[in-house]
Amino acid sequence: MILEGNAKKFGDNISTDLIAPGRLFHLRNNLPELAKHVLEDAEPNFYEKIQKGDFIVAGRNFGLGSSREHAPAIIKIAGIGAILAQSVARIFFRNAINVGLPVFECDTTQIDAQDHLRVDVLKGTVENLSKGISLPFNPLPKIMVDILNDGGLVAHIQKHGGFKL
Amino acid sequence: MPKTIAEKILSEKSGGEAKKGQIVICNVSWAIAQDGTGPLSIHRLREAGINKVFDPERVIFFIDHAAPSPKKELSNAHQQIRSFARETGAQVSDFNRGVCHQRMVEDFVNPGDLLIGADSHTCTSGALGAFSTGMGSTDVAIGMALGKVWLRVPSTIKIEVSGTFPPGVYAKDLILYIIGQLTADGATYKALEFCGPTISAMSMSDRFTLCNMSVEAGAKTGLIATDEITREYLVKQGRGDRFREIVADPDAEYEQVLSIKANELQPMVAFPHTVDNVRTVTQAAGTKIDQVFIGTCTNGRMQDLQIVAQILEGKQIAQGVRLIVTPASRAIYLEALRGGIIEKLINAGAAVTSPGCGPCVGIHQGVLGDGEACLSTQNRNFLGRMGNPEGFIYLSSPATAAYSALKGEIADPREILTKK
Repeated sequence: MILEGNAKKFGDNISTDLIAPGRLFHLRNNLPELAKHVLEDAEPNFYEKIQKGDFIVAGRNFGLGSSREHAPAIIKIAGIGAILAQSVARIFFRNAINVGLPVFECDTTQIDAQDHLRVDVLKGTVENLSKGISLPFNPLPKIMVDILNDGGLVAHIQKHGGFKL
Repeated sequence: MPKTIAEKILSEKSGGEAKKGQIVICNVSWAIAQDGTGPLSIHRLREAGINKVFDPERVIFFIDHAAPSPKKELSNAHQQIRSFARETGAQVSDFNRGVCHQRMVEDFVNPGDLLIGADSHTCTSGALGAFSTGMGSTDVAIGMALGKVWLRVPSTIKIEVSGTFPPGVYAKDLILYIIGQLTADGATYKALEFCGPTISAMSMSDRFTLCNMSVEAGAKTGLIATDEITREYLVKQGRGDRFREIVADPDAEYEQVLSIKANELQPMVAFPHTVDNVRTVTQAAGTKIDQVFIGTCTNGRMQDLQIVAQILEGKQIAQGVRLIVTPASRAIYLEALRGGIIEKLINAGAAVTSPGCGPCVGIHQGVLGDGEACLSTQNRNFLGRMGNPEGFIYLSSPATAAYSALKGEIADPREILTKK
């Protein structure tokens, strides 16, 4: 799997409250509508600035906080191709893979806003084409690669009739 | 192989030797979701054509975040939950019963259980010697359907606490201090195990506070070995026969050991907008506040309300401050009512809401205005958490919150709590 897109930069500790705010709790049953507000408390009008396939490139502890799976779900619906972060909070990590949103931990300090990136999921590298450098990322556990390849957890269970280790 | 508490429970639940770092498939004892995450779990199950749950007694939906409902969209979400439960036989803890985590420890979880919940503070039940962890709607939906979950066995950070808390210092101050030390991602993918003489002497209420906030250091769960205090709690809740000894092996392997002396601690306050932005109450004193909120799965229990009533009794909160109190569950509300606590709080100027999550999640019952500051006993102070990204949230113990409500600014409860 090869993914290509431009970097949208965010800082450390981007919480799920910033991604999918509690004040919009009533929109959780309408994810396309909620997606229009994705990350707006971190960056106003972010939804309008997304080009399909863009990467969110963040610092430490991306997605900390609440278990709301709506957070990665609306990031995906909004057109983001993958998340690259210095580190990712545990629940968000699982949720992202379960909804089929690729997420990778790598050294994002070497990526600036709008840098053009290419991610090779199998090789485990992020190529920063704007800077001509290659950044390795921590490989996903096999079960997560399988879930991602199957198109999310529900599809994985339907395909295998249970978890495939 | 000597095991940590996490390794012991996950070995039993996976039917093999669960060693840190391994990926195991485990049988779950409970799969739960709340009104913010449950509808998506139900949607995932319907998407997959699944209309059965693995064990209707062990699948529970809680209507606690938007309870009672402030909006038609949320009322409709509540309908979805009730109707799915009718179809499958799954349990519903409805809008009048309280916060899921408090209800789980009051009525359901037993030592050695494995609980997965679509709410990050599911880790609260770890205080009963159960492996309990927060996940998203899809993981929990699959758990509800199959009664199984995949987990990576976490390594464990041991937190050893000795000594006695000085007056005015509580379990909440301890856990805020710990999160300040570990930082907001210092325990990511790991379990915390709390132990030592201070923990052994601690009430279950305080132990729940510690485990509840483990996730604020990134942890997968917080765990405490079972002992006589666990047994007494279970007996009181009518589940004495479910007591089991769940303890780590003496030579279990820990990734890190953090030793803390309780007698050296001070009341702590977490500053906006991260939980690990922790300072002492002395550094926080004088910060003006518009609202004080006492409640939640962290600090909305009887013991918390008693401390608050003790501080507020016969006094009036400062002019210009709004005090909101939300008992964590109906059982706590009733106990506080019978004990005269609720009356003392109301006389002091508090508004007491129905049991549930209250204003913590920013949906209703105390949304902050632009530029307003709130001192809260909840577990999180992220930007926008209480419904307004223009608000500022500070976190403290119930004692600090109550005394600050009297003063109209963040204040040191040791000024009045010179002895316990």
